[in-house]
Amino acid sequence: MDICLEHIDFFHGNTRVLTDICCCFSSGRFHAVLGPNGSGKTTLLDLICGFRTPKHGRVLLADTSVNALSRRTVAQNISLVSQNYEVNFPFQVKEVVMMGRHPHIDRFARPSRHDRDQVNHVMEITGITHLADRPVTHLSGGEKQRCAFARALCQDTPVLLLDEAFSNMDIHHTFHLMGLVKQAVKEKGKTVIAVLHDVNLAAGFSHELLFLKQGRIMAMGDTRTVLTQKNIETVFNVTSKVEYNAYVQAMQVYFRPS
Amino acid sequence: MFSSISVAIPRGKTGYLVVLFSFTLLGSVLMSLSMGYINIPIPDIAGITLGLPVSAGADGAFELETLKAVLFDIRLPRILTCAAVGAALAVSGVLFQGILLNPLADPYTLGVSAGAAFGASIAILLNLSATLVSVPGFAFAGGCATLFLVLFLSYSPGNPAGGLSSNNLILSGIIVAAILSAGISFLKFIADEQVSVIIFWLMGSFASKTWPQFFLMTVFLILGFSVAIFFARDLNLISTGDRAAISLGVDLKKVTLILLITGSMLAAVSVAISGIIGFVGLLIPHMVRFLTGPDNRKLLPISALTGAILLLWADTITRAVLPHEIPIGVLTALIGGPVFCWIFKKTRQSH
Repeated sequence: MDICLEHIDFFHGNTRVLTDICCCFSSGRFHAVLGPNGSGKTTLLDLICGFRTPKHGRVLLADTSVNALSRRTVAQNISLVSQNYEVNFPFQVKEVVMMGRHPHIDRFARPSRHDRDQVNHVMEITGITHLADRPVTHLSGGEKQRCAFARALCQDTPVLLLDEAFSNMDIHHTFHLMGLVKQAVKEKGKTVIAVLHDVNLAAGFSHELLFLKQGRIMAMGDTRTVLTQKNIETVFNVTSKVEYNAYVQAMQVYFRPS
Repeated sequence: MFSSISVAIPRGKTGYLVVLFSFTLLGSVLMSLSMGYINIPIPDIAGITLGLPVSAGADGAFELETLKAVLFDIRLPRILTCAAVGAALAVSGVLFQGILLNPLADPYTLGVSAGAAFGASIAILLNLSATLVSVPGFAFAGGCATLFLVLFLSYSPGNPAGGLSSNNLILSGIIVAAILSAGISFLKFIADEQVSVIIFWLMGSFASKTWPQFFLMTVFLILGFSVAIFFARDLNLISTGDRAAISLGVDLKKVTLILLITGSMLAAVSVAISGIIGFVGLLIPHMVRFLTGPDNRKLLPISALTGAILLLWADTITRAVLPHEIPIGVLTALIGGPVFCWIFKKTRQSH
């Protein structure tokens, strides 16, 4: 399912956060969003999932404005793994993952066989089955993120938004989960939009890149064509070297401590 | 490996708990009914109800009519009102803790009790206490006015949750409650001889509760509980954070507002009927969570029953066990406070 943003402007109070954002995220593609702190990356995802409403412009899910759809319909189509997952109540991991089925289960219905299988399957592939009965309040940062990730996968939506979803995860789990996402993009034609800090992670997994700076799109397009020294320099204000790495089988960016 | 994990909510277990706690409540009502200045054994209660001749009381010195009046006009309305208030405060506590994402919130966090107390103080000061409805009526109006003031202060339409976030609400609640407390102090200052009436009212009591008060409380309790249970699954998601709730399909602004109003109404009616009774709304959901876990679909019914049972016993102690009746609000704070300290310390140590 395609997501298109048309002339989006967004303000936090009087501060302009996003300016005239126009872009499309197509299905079957892995999109990475890169940009410095405070460039509006999280806000962009908030607008797409309907958590915030743009001042001007609209976000289209297929051909309908996200704000015109019911919350439940949006949740059946777009899932989000947000940056921090802090919970004060000791829900068990399996309960949290089951929450991903919320938009699919009628108000007073019990989870169906399919819902339960889905929860078990997702816990299995994200490697948290052994944590199923643990209270989420007792998990480490990385385990919490995997739990939130599993919940989003369990929501089983055509569009998946990742907001720094790997910030507390070790390399093994990051690559494993990124691999799962990439596979879903390829096999199920999912649309993935991932806000990432690690440029090389983005380079290794994404089909398309979008560079944000001060709330504006600086560059967007095929990863191989937009990942350039010039773009890295304009967006992040650092010098670098960009070249194809045969081991990674992708473009990689190298930085030198000055 | 896979199929060995059951992710179905063990509703059967909650069902058993509901049955068990309901019978405990029933038993408590009967025991409380038999206790008091005149001791009426439980078997005799049945006899009196059916109008059979019984020899109750110390030496059968009381007329059947007297005993009937003691049971059904004095004790039963008090007992049932007390149970209903206990349940209402517990349900209200569950709602506030879920919405404010904080297991330490309670029905009075938004200043509803201060508002109700202010309303009641005005009614007492203006000497409206002669008529039956006025003090509770004023208390209820005060509680509601406070709620809407707090919501008005917090509300910002641009915010995803309408500004009804935990921080905004708690801050507004504290400010409004602080102003109202000063107001109450001022009323006490100018109240002269009525100051003792105000003070006693604020400390809470179930003495001389009537059937109409019980019915009023029960209507609100049933309505409030139904709304709460209707949105219980949404409340689960809300209690895990704004973004989680919205991205999982909860209409956050609407549901938060409905549940805040529901929780506050329950608290306002409770305060209007029996004064300020602290710690029930804080402690009961907290304790029950150890038993049921944080799932509000289980937490709500079990908390309601536990609240009813525990407040009933607290009231029975002050009514029938202690040599002098002490205000129920004082008793719950004296028992609940230390219990809370103990739980708090214990859970801190286990981390």
